[in-house]
Amino acid sequence: MSGPVHEEVLAGVVREHAGRLAASLVSLLGDFSAAEDLVQDAVETALRRWPVEGVPERPDAWLFTVARRRGLDVLRRESNYRAKLAGLTRPDPAPRDDRLRLVFTCCHPALSRAAQIALTLRAVCGLSVAQIAAAFVVPEATVAQRITRAKRKIGEAGIPYRIPAEEELPRRVGEVLAVVYLLFNEGYLSSTAERAQARDLVEEAEWLAALLVNLMPKEPEAAGLLALIRLHRARGAARFDPAGRLVLLADQDRGLWDRQAIERATALLTRTARAHRRPGPYQVQAAIVACHAEAGTFADTDWAQILVLYDMLLHLAPSPVTRLHRAVALRHVKGPEAALAELEPLGRVLERYPLFHATRAELLRDLDRRGQARRADERALELTANPAQQALLADRLRWT
Amino acid sequence: MKYVLMFIETEEFAHQLEAMGELEREAAYAAVGQWFADHADKITHHAHLAPVHTATTVRLDQGEPVVTDGPFVEGKEVVSGFAELEVADLDEALKVARSWPACPIVEIRPLS
Repeated sequence: MSGPVHEEVLAGVVREHAGRLAASLVSLLGDFSAAEDLVQDAVETALRRWPVEGVPERPDAWLFTVARRRGLDVLRRESNYRAKLAGLTRPDPAPRDDRLRLVFTCCHPALSRAAQIALTLRAVCGLSVAQIAAAFVVPEATVAQRITRAKRKIGEAGIPYRIPAEEELPRRVGEVLAVVYLLFNEGYLSSTAERAQARDLVEEAEWLAALLVNLMPKEPEAAGLLALIRLHRARGAARFDPAGRLVLLADQDRGLWDRQAIERATALLTRTARAHRRPGPYQVQAAIVACHAEAGTFADTDWAQILVLYDMLLHLAPSPVTRLHRAVALRHVKGPEAALAELEPLGRVLERYPLFHATRAELLRDLDRRGQARRADERALELTANPAQQALLADRLRWT
Repeated sequence: MKYVLMFIETEEFAHQLEAMGELEREAAYAAVGQWFADHADKITHHAHLAPVHTATTVRLDQGEPVVTDGPFVEGKEVVSGFAELEVADLDEALKVARSWPACPIVEIRPLS
């Protein structure tokens, strides 16, 4: 390949190879931090040179050679690494995919959630510090420090580089999926004021979920999470109007939904459910989104089925936010009064959650309690930092 | 790697212990004894500390050393003992800590 390289292609190639290289270098050197530094150097070199020279025929070999040369250069003083690096040859033909070990180390529960996320994006997805900082709208120095501290902790606290033992696995898989899910959520509806939707993080999250499905074929929840992300993405084009305003599910132009993507994701979900018969929170959430996605119009929505799925979700993973969503389904099955009765007791825990107040406002408006509805919308507006949500609530306060 | 597990008691735990009948308390002690026996091959050293009312603190950062009654931080959570482990990595240390049958908090620190 030669000539100018499109930025997206570049990002895709880096993402495909950076994590693999990091994984094999950690194995070979036995030092997470040193290996990770070398990969970052190689990636930065690639991002500088590939746009000019074109992506090499074997990007993996190219990155490996640069990392190795760089390692010999930088670590000349450290004889320990030097001997190891000097003896290093690229395992051929196809090196074992060690990225799962890398993922488990990056998402170790002894690291803070913020550190897990930053480290995963950097080591597994090959994002630079600048890219991570831009995605989360935080200063580069903050991200750099987070990563440095996390790497130091991995080394000094003895966080292992391996796939957890069988009895640990369910808990640790849950931790990994939670990181990917948070990444997706952050991207899907960013809570920061800078922009309503950070597309790149959503893409990284989908890619990570797909990677986990490949690396852990025995974990139905990984496939559930992938289906969930794909079902949301399939409707992405309808979520904002041309002016960038958020469009609610009921008002979305369903012609903009990617029907093929919805069918494929739903098929993945069905296949997973049949093959494993082990439902979990991500599979059930995906099934709920699939119910919405399969309805031709908002009026066609199978709310009774959705209500059953919410009951199942509450059984698997009880949470006040899930109860809030269940109340919305209940409104369509049993009416606004029943839904409001379910909602009110959640007020204590969800007092600072904007969606609680916005939902409450809708139910109160259904019941013609307009004054209370306004106050609830005003409270929701105070609490949200998301510009798209702010605009929607302000609109509603203006017209109702 | 060497790690120290620090066992941390809470006020609530102390009250629970006080409220126990003799048999119940014996069973609780037996569970702790069993835990030490189960992990004897990994525990290189351990100690139980006398209650916090026996603590004396010396502060050396104020010119002359200042001696005061009590622990260095007044709090509802106090270190009540520790065990030193020799294990491969943090995951092994976590596995041992997870099975600890007594006080509700365990802090794990590697020895540098």
